[in-house]
Amino acid sequence: MDLRDSDSSVPTTAKIIIAGGFGAGKTTLVGAITEIRPLRTEETLSDRSVGVDDVSGVDNKTTTTVAMDFGRITFRSDLALYLFGMPGQERFWFMWEELSYGALGAVVLADTRRLASCFASVDYFEHYGVPFIVAVNCFDGAPRYDPTDVRIALDLDPSVPVLMCDARHRESVKTALIGLVRHALTKTGVPESELAG
Amino acid sequence: MPATGRRFGLIDVVVAAGGPPPSPELRLAPEHRHLLARCQRPVTVVDLASEVDLPIGVVRVLLSDLTELGIVEVLTAPPGRITSRRLLNAVLDGLEGL
Repeated sequence: MDLRDSDSSVPTTAKIIIAGGFGAGKTTLVGAITEIRPLRTEETLSDRSVGVDDVSGVDNKTTTTVAMDFGRITFRSDLALYLFGMPGQERFWFMWEELSYGALGAVVLADTRRLASCFASVDYFEHYGVPFIVAVNCFDGAPRYDPTDVRIALDLDPSVPVLMCDARHRESVKTALIGLVRHALTKTGVPESELAG
Repeated sequence: MPATGRRFGLIDVVVAAGGPPPSPELRLAPEHRHLLARCQRPVTVVDLASEVDLPIGVVRVLLSDLTELGIVEVLTAPPGRITSRRLLNAVLDGLEGL
């Protein structure tokens, strides 16, 4: 498939966001499917980006850095998919904007022990029209919820797919990503102006 | 957006322009040269930042300098194409083939 109007030697890149609260398994999920172990890079936060509640104790510090995990799947020499773990805390909202820009969609990884940690990212993707699915991470020992219960707890739109996922297992992660891309395909055709939020 | 120029997306692809090697008179910083050396093949901004172990924001500033000097080019297609059905279908094919 020719993805470019010209010069087919130029690689096309795409990205999918893996969102979820702290400890939900984002890095595990990225590592389960990407060809490289999750890489880490840093983004600098300026003081205006940092919430007042979460950095108490970091006195007089005007900038800090936040680690950002990502992984890559190269399908062909000219097509690579990047998976970015999105920090779940709301104070990283400025990174959400950056990560969401041009993203194919997002997988919200839900930890049933802490479902509330998904609220902020679900709200964000709904508001900005980023296609997303909810993948309930089946940790050992975590409560096994019915997808319907998760849907109700997160107050999801009926069109948002909810599926079970084991972030440690490649096939399970692959199924989740395929589910997201299929869902995103159902959303295309909507005028860009409506998607842009 | 940084004052120095365009904002580079995380998965924008950059590559060293095919011209002659930069003149010593350009007074490139070691960080510029380090980055340039890694751009001989097309590479994404985020991979580059990870390889040179610098924050994304710093890499953006350095890349901005290099593109303004015409030493590095951005290859990525303009925004808007990214959400096309073609791209989604290509990624779907790729995932299903894993």
